[in-house]
Amino acid sequence: MKIDWNKYDPGQFYDELIREEGKPRQGAGALVRHLASLEEAQLRERQADLERAILEMGITFTVYSEGENIDRAWPLDIIPRIIPARQWSKIRAGLEQRLIALNLFIDDLYHEQKILADRVVPREIIESSPNFLAPCRGVRPPFGVWANICGTDLIRDSDGTVYVLEDNLRVPSGVSYMLENRVVTKQVFPELFASSQIQSVGDYTSDLFDMLASLSPRPSDYPEVVVMTPGIYNSAYFEHAYLAQGMGVELVEGADLVVRDDDCVYMRTIEGLERVDVIYRRINDTFLDPEVFEPDSVLGVPGLMRAWRAGNVALANAPGAGVADDKVVYSFVPQIIRYYLDQNPILPNVPTFLCSDEKSREHVIAHLDELVVKPANESGGYGMLVGPQASKKACREFADLIRKDPRNYIGQPLISLSTVPSIVDGGIEPRHVDLRPFILQGERMAVTAGGLTRVALRKGSFVVNSSQGGGSKDTWIVGREQ
Amino acid sequence: MSLLSRVAERAYWSARYLERAENSARLISVYGNLLLDLPEEAGVGWDTLIDISGNGDVYADLYPSPNARSPLRFLVSDGNNPGSIRASLRMVRENVRTTRDIFPSEAWRNVNELYLYCKESLRGGISDRRRHEVLTRIVTGCQQINGMLASNMSHGPAYQFLRLGRNVERADMTTRVTDVATAALLKGREELTPFTNTVWMAVLRSLSAYQMYRQYVRRRIVPEDVLAFVLMDDQFPRALRYCLYQLETALRRLPRPDDALGAVARLQRQVDELDFNVLDHAGLHEWIDMLQLELGVAHAAIHRTWFALDNAA
Repeated sequence: MKIDWNKYDPGQFYDELIREEGKPRQGAGALVRHLASLEEAQLRERQADLERAILEMGITFTVYSEGENIDRAWPLDIIPRIIPARQWSKIRAGLEQRLIALNLFIDDLYHEQKILADRVVPREIIESSPNFLAPCRGVRPPFGVWANICGTDLIRDSDGTVYVLEDNLRVPSGVSYMLENRVVTKQVFPELFASSQIQSVGDYTSDLFDMLASLSPRPSDYPEVVVMTPGIYNSAYFEHAYLAQGMGVELVEGADLVVRDDDCVYMRTIEGLERVDVIYRRINDTFLDPEVFEPDSVLGVPGLMRAWRAGNVALANAPGAGVADDKVVYSFVPQIIRYYLDQNPILPNVPTFLCSDEKSREHVIAHLDELVVKPANESGGYGMLVGPQASKKACREFADLIRKDPRNYIGQPLISLSTVPSIVDGGIEPRHVDLRPFILQGERMAVTAGGLTRVALRKGSFVVNSSQGGGSKDTWIVGREQ
Repeated sequence: MSLLSRVAERAYWSARYLERAENSARLISVYGNLLLDLPEEAGVGWDTLIDISGNGDVYADLYPSPNARSPLRFLVSDGNNPGSIRASLRMVRENVRTTRDIFPSEAWRNVNELYLYCKESLRGGISDRRRHEVLTRIVTGCQQINGMLASNMSHGPAYQFLRLGRNVERADMTTRVTDVATAALLKGREELTPFTNTVWMAVLRSLSAYQMYRQYVRRRIVPEDVLAFVLMDDQFPRALRYCLYQLETALRRLPRPDDALGAVARLQRQVDELDFNVLDHAGLHEWIDMLQLELGVAHAAIHRTWFALDNAA
């Protein structure tokens, strides 16, 4: 049996491939026709090929379950998500604009704090943020850039508008899966890559290396760049190793590094100690240096903050960059863009109610059954309430949580995430997706062509996190940009 | 790119475990064939392999009342025996997984595939009928990985640590097999006398040495010749002398090798001075014991020089 696109029904949602009654959207024609030319059994066979390739390539993510860490094969759906190149160039401009403004904002917060003095962002929001790190004040990272690597989550509402859902400025992950998804999808659909104009994503690791190298405190052709991982038990360990391998740099753990009396960082090698210039660190701020933050941290390196403040090593992202990665600060990003750049934001925010504001708080509590409520500081989809899908009891419990700690909660309307056709047991059905592009800023900027599309594999679900039953898709930017 | 001490250590161990898995698979496969050639009254069973593995204590703990299948299970599929094939491949996988940034990406892929194959085909033990097939596939899989590393990885320091691991393990295996075989054969156990030839051939096969022995020694199977070949030949890759030569050349490509080179030189001298005319089986056993100790000293020197280097101050 072949796919009958006329029977494919995304309902009220915006579908990324199908416009109406089986008609493909711009850029998706070749893919949709190709899929329709395949028997369902063939399609399933290709999905099985793809799953085997993933298992054998060892593309995994780690989940903690029943007291132990398990490596799971990375879930990838064979049907890609498509964005026309023209649409993408606007999104890309919006992402660059946003990160430039956020970096100006972070730099301001750790120096003059003009934006607080001008009352564009309320001072108490910053002062009460656990991500505002006093030891970072006065530090001048290269190019004034604090968040060098940003993963921005985008979603599309039923009217087709693309919104920014959050800016991940701490240690965003997922880019290796974006790259591997492409490798595997190419193996499965070589004929489509030969005939369509699909933008390559393969430059990322070299862009990343160039960006990191540009941060080196010692001008040299061969800066010593390393990737720092908390170790094999971290859920993103695969990615840490993947990126180190792709850049040809050392993958280090805290115990491999040492800071000496000269306030420089060295790694322990078979030749002895070697100086390190740039650390792409994939561990959280407060574990970086037991002398300054968590004294019990065994993941970090004593003295690392000292070396960083002395300008002897670059850390990416810079410690303290997370102050702008907070759902309360998020709600001010449009004002932040206007304040520093004197431009209108290209990409809109999802309307956000701050529970710290009394009027908004009462509105959120009164409309819990319509809203999504999130803690300001969590990631991974934990600790949130999806009002329209929650029980009365859960709503009541959340109202108490909000009243106890209003600064920590925001409310947003439930955005109807767009869909993409996905392989399910009974054939092909729409499933909800988001998109995480990655933006680099150092001496120059670079944005991935597309990003990681995450898909909620459970019917009707909006939760795309891989730790909670989410999968992924390859993302194709198709056609020529203007 | 610099080589981290931690990564060097894991490379070394991944090569050791890979070699161990391959050697065990070959040994068990050859031994299984040998058992089919020997009558029951020869008094030879799977237990001998436990002696060779040197893990008799672990075996006794894990199998207080062993049955006929226990030894094979212990050696091949028992995840609780750190020396089993399955556990060895798991350790290869863990070590490569935690250092995959230094290996060519196909290496990780191959290691992962082999581990998955092993896990799958050893589930619920291994039948006599499929034993040969599975073990052969494991041997081939290990060789593929070694070949791929040899041809796709720069022969820089990381590769030298792989060579060190591989040859320390090989030297260890060759001496263990020799030790057990001589104990059984040179002591002149009468039940075995009619089968001496068969057993010595099995010794050669278990070290993948039979064909090369035939080509290079060109005589009928004589115990002294077999021992000389597997211990003293300077061209056969699994011969002890050759392994030591490999260790020496790998060490010479690393920084500050003197400590470890000294240990290897002592081993080489011991091999040079071996004289079968003056050694009886007890003497040979003693000689092998000493050699194993020296091998341990060489390992300790490698560890001290490059892995446990405390250069913090």
